[in-house]
Amino acid sequence: MDKDFAARRRRDLIIAAVLAAIAALTPLFVKDVVVQNILILTLMYAGLSQSWNILSGYCGQISLGHALYFGLGAYTTELLFMKFGVLPWFGMLAGGVVSALIAMGLGYPFFRLRGHYFVIATIVIAEIGLLLFHNWEWAGAAMGITIPIRGDSWLKFQFLRTKLPYFYFALALCCLAWFVTWWLEDSKWGFWWRAVKDNPDAAESLGVDVFNSKMGAAAVSAFLVAVGGSFYAQFVSYIDPESVMGFQFSLLMALPAVLGGIGTLWGPVLGAAILIPLTELTRFKFGGSGRGVDLIVYGTLIVLISLALPRGLLSLFARPKKTGVSR
Amino acid sequence: MGLLYGLIAVGLALIFGLMDVTNFAHGEFLMIAMYLSFFLFAFFAIDPLLSAPLVAAALFIFGAVVYLLIVRFAMRAKANAGMVQIFTTFGLAIVMRGLAQYFFTPDYRSIPQSWLGGKTISIAGIFLPEPQLVGALVSIAAFAGLYFFIHRTDFGRALEATREDPGAVALVGIDKNRVFAFGWGLGAALVGLAGAIMAVFFYIYPDVGASFALIAYVTVALGGFGSVFGAFAGGIIVGLVEAVTALVLPPSLKSVGIYAVYLLVVFIRPRGLFGSI
Repeated sequence: MDKDFAARRRRDLIIAAVLAAIAALTPLFVKDVVVQNILILTLMYAGLSQSWNILSGYCGQISLGHALYFGLGAYTTELLFMKFGVLPWFGMLAGGVVSALIAMGLGYPFFRLRGHYFVIATIVIAEIGLLLFHNWEWAGAAMGITIPIRGDSWLKFQFLRTKLPYFYFALALCCLAWFVTWWLEDSKWGFWWRAVKDNPDAAESLGVDVFNSKMGAAAVSAFLVAVGGSFYAQFVSYIDPESVMGFQFSLLMALPAVLGGIGTLWGPVLGAAILIPLTELTRFKFGGSGRGVDLIVYGTLIVLISLALPRGLLSLFARPKKTGVSR
Repeated sequence: MGLLYGLIAVGLALIFGLMDVTNFAHGEFLMIAMYLSFFLFAFFAIDPLLSAPLVAAALFIFGAVVYLLIVRFAMRAKANAGMVQIFTTFGLAIVMRGLAQYFFTPDYRSIPQSWLGGKTISIAGIFLPEPQLVGALVSIAAFAGLYFFIHRTDFGRALEATREDPGAVALVGIDKNRVFAFGWGLGAALVGLAGAIMAVFFYIYPDVGASFALIAYVTVALGGFGSVFGAFAGGIIVGLVEAVTALVLPPSLKSVGIYAVYLLVVFIRPRGLFGSI
């Protein structure tokens, strides 16, 4: 690639390292538990959205069913822990692998679909998963699973007295998702994905393996989202089908990327950094009334941002001449 | 039941299927319609059956206004048009749910007594609940009307032409916004009709739309985008599949059958049963 591109990639990496270092230091100054909570969620959603962005942003296969992988990650980890005593660290990996395999299994028929048919299929499959878990007695059915408290330990990834380990794990997850995206952006896959997104037929005719590049994107994306799901389960220590596999998670994963800039390296992080604190604050400020004011504020913001900035917030920073490169 | 899904889906078929605009607020349109007929009943004691045309008219205006104020701009987006539509209408849906909670409170409401509610009619020994029967009849009429409208009138042709190529349509003097605003109004009016009938036998609460919206999308996609007849067929299939699934699986799993059939159909026919786009 040309020099500009290489220079930009180096610059991105440095900025990311600096941001991560600053983020790692924030707990020294932020002692308030509520704020820490918001920071953890923000980092988690940034990571999730970054992972979603790989399939839906870079490869252009809009999925509104990623809650399935999120839930699978959460359930695999907790079921292995509860029923077989497998440590969450291995459960996390297992969840990721299970999700990636399922994503590829589903991709086989799904990736023949295009446009609305594909989007609806992704929503529907997540909904089927939700209903099945709802009725699966062994997995807790609608009651869900309460993760037993066994005291603070890194081994079991459980912490009662402090939220800091969760914070650092969320940060690590976010960095991992970012780094994977960064790395893939300049790989063969990255170029294939963008070609598939822009015009699958043309890409195919130029020798791009369209089907396998979609499969690759789906697997990476599902794996990372499932790890996020495992983390969330440990973090909230209670899961039920609705709270980890509900449709809202699919949207919450997509929103930061869309608002920040879909198919961009920085879009998901930027979107999450603005959207999640905003969501939590409106809920905190207006949610108590139970009268939906938080929904009104939140919905209005989504409408306004998506109308005003169809390319996402990141487009505010883009220098007009370089749009071709900065995408 | 299938024809009721059909009735909810027919409005969506017009907006989503024929105009190719994603409307994630369709379920909330239904919710508004149900509340409207509830309040017309509660305050003026107008039976939902009588108020249905009123509700449909109100929803027509609402749909057209939503198009002109919001959706028009979402469609103008040059980048990520699909995502912008999804999230604009999704944001709208959240706002509508929030407003409903604010003004109507999250309580469940129902219309206790109406001409149709709770009554059954016996035809050749088969007992049919009257509201569902009326719903089915209205649904058939609505589909027939829409089919005629799209295929036999100038407006219908203008609508399809506008979806195909807005630029060319502008050249022959058709105002895209007028056509689409009318289309949105009509789609909303149809879901208004569905809401008015469903208000008789369903609980009414701010999130009621969400449970029907997904099935409506599936119905439209199952039949295939761009086909009115497809949406009608989709509605009937969805209803039958749901009834059969409910016999075989526990009731909480009845939607699984619908979703599975959708997946099966699009794997075999990626554009739905009768789809053209």
